[in-house]
Amino acid sequence: MSTSPVIETDHLSKHFRDNVAVADLSLQVERGEIFGFLGPNGAGKTTSMKMLLGLITPTAGNGNVLGAPLGDREAKRRVGFLPEHFRFHEWLTAEEFLRLHADLYRMEGERTTRRIHELLELVELKAHAHRKLRTFSKGMLQRIGLAQALLSDPEVVFLDEPTSGLDPMGRRLVRDITRDLRTKGTTVFLNSHFLSEVEVTCDRVAFIKEGIIVRIGSLDSLMNGELQVVIRVRNLKPESHQGLTRWCRNLQIEGEQLTFQLDSEDQLPSITRYLIEQGGDVYTVQPKIIALEDLFLEIIGENDSLEPRDEAISLKS
Amino acid sequence: MRSIFTITKLTIREASRRKILWAALILGLLFLIIYGLGFHYARLDLVKSMQQRSGMNIVLLHEMVNFLLLAGLYSVNFMVIAMSALISVDTLSGEINSGTIQTLVTKPIQRWQIVIGKWMGFGLMLTFYLLLMAGGTMGVVYATSGYLAPHSTQGVALLWMNGMLFLSLSLWGGSFLSTLANGVVAFGLFGVAFVGGWMEQIGSFLGNQVAVNIGIISSLIFPCEAVWRRLVFNMQSPLVTRLGVSFFSSSSVPSQWMIVYAAAYAVVLLIIAMWRFNRRDL
Ligand SMILES: Nc1ncnc2c1ncn2[C@@H]1O[C@H](COP(=O)(O)OP(=O)(O)OP(=O)(O)O)[C@@H](O)[C@H]1O
Ligand SMILES: [Mg+2]
Repeated sequence: MSTSPVIETDHLSKHFRDNVAVADLSLQVERGEIFGFLGPNGAGKTTSMKMLLGLITPTAGNGNVLGAPLGDREAKRRVGFLPEHFRFHEWLTAEEFLRLHADLYRMEGERTTRRIHELLELVELKAHAHRKLRTFSKGMLQRIGLAQALLSDPEVVFLDEPTSGLDPMGRRLVRDITRDLRTKGTTVFLNSHFLSEVEVTCDRVAFIKEGIIVRIGSLDSLMNGELQVVIRVRNLKPESHQGLTRWCRNLQIEGEQLTFQLDSEDQLPSITRYLIEQGGDVYTVQPKIIALEDLFLEIIGENDSLEPRDEAISLKS
Repeated sequence: MRSIFTITKLTIREASRRKILWAALILGLLFLIIYGLGFHYARLDLVKSMQQRSGMNIVLLHEMVNFLLLAGLYSVNFMVIAMSALISVDTLSGEINSGTIQTLVTKPIQRWQIVIGKWMGFGLMLTFYLLLMAGGTMGVVYATSGYLAPHSTQGVALLWMNGMLFLSLSLWGGSFLSTLANGVVAFGLFGVAFVGGWMEQIGSFLGNQVAVNIGIISSLIFPCEAVWRRLVFNMQSPLVTRLGVSFFSSSSVPSQWMIVYAAAYAVVLLIIAMWRFNRRDL
């Protein structure tokens, strides 16, 4: 296995007439990574994914997937895809549908039949294998679409909002499948505006807005510098508060409760030690990672500055 | 090749699942029954009136039978053309619109293979339909009267060509137009060819060269009517050919080159369809 990135793009852009859907997409996704692509409606997530899959020709720039140019036929054998508007040939039964796509992957034999049944079981549609897709609910279609994306045991799977039609059980299913894929070393490129989904499954995320990547990095690195801490301490002399400003930003004091922001969790022990030295009785130290949602809103809400603010996070990862 | 066949099979299965195949078959059979009955009684009448007036004239009877056969084939020609356009008009644009195409083209298959696979699927079904309809029409005539028109196989080949011409046309349109626009273009071109064909007929009958030229130009724009008139020229009885006038044809006969042109036209349309589909965003 090569160590070169599974997905690599170099200044990809797509213009629909005078509408810029994707402005300048440069990113790399490493093998085995679960990569989240987050952004509000119309940000350019689907367009980006379609360019990576060869469905849309980029206006400029280039890229490769699995070392091959975008849309390369042989590379497509090792790629799975669940489209956003999962519409399939509804006059096929679930099993026939998977068989068709196995045919297109040029899979055959007993193993393929086994694989199809295995997947039907995985997405919990075994009981409906012989029903026409026409009679399927939205969530069931999404499940069968997911099975279709996993048919060939692909090395990289593209999922465009895989949970949008699913009930909570279905969401958990997708999460579990994504985790299984991670264990197997499969690379996953996940479009989403479900922050919770990205939060629990993704190794790295990119925030995209109006066709531009606003931030990209591992979740940890994105959260870095956004740590909020609440400490309850009694018997602390007011003059001791001053000493805290060494570490703390935005210190607020309400009675025995101190609220402030830190650059890093690593500073917490020193702070606790200091408070004790100053004669304070520390009851609780509660670091609160700002939820991804707040971060999302914060990043996406940055109308005026679309440049990455944090030096720790480079645009090109 | 295997990918192409997968699409071909899919196309045929879709037509059968959506009951298109069955509808066409049942109505085709109904057509043959009605044509057969009509032919049978028309011929009986002819024979009777001939016997009453001037006695049996086998040559004249054959002229009449030939006319009735061409009338049947005229309907078959139209039905094959209409069927061809109808079953395929939605196949590319519809799949693009609904998004079903997205899971297909992201599989290890070339886009042009999808187009050619569909062409083959529809082509096979149309061939079958045409054999049933044209064969049935000729069969009915032969069984009732023992009459076999000249160049029958060539005639079937020309009808087939018209079917494929429209199939290629609607795949070409589907590769970049909406379903509705595609249908409008197909029937618009049919109209142009049709009216041009008649202008050429009438022009040549009246000796008006301008009308003939307009007819030829419209045949170049879309050659389906020319193909039909070539069929009539080949299949009509030698006597009518000599006289030069009949309801279906006239002295202005499309040359063999027009047939070659029509075949090339179909092939080029199909190639452009593949090329356009290859390049477009899905
Ligand atoms: N075929 C098209 N023609 C014209 N504009 C398009 C086309 N497809 C997308 N766009 C535009 O490109 C932009 C990005 O769209 P895209 O579908 O990539 O967004 P998205 O991030 O996937 O949004 P969502 O979360 O709603 O799925 C939008 O402004 C959209 O209007
Ligand atoms: Mg989208």
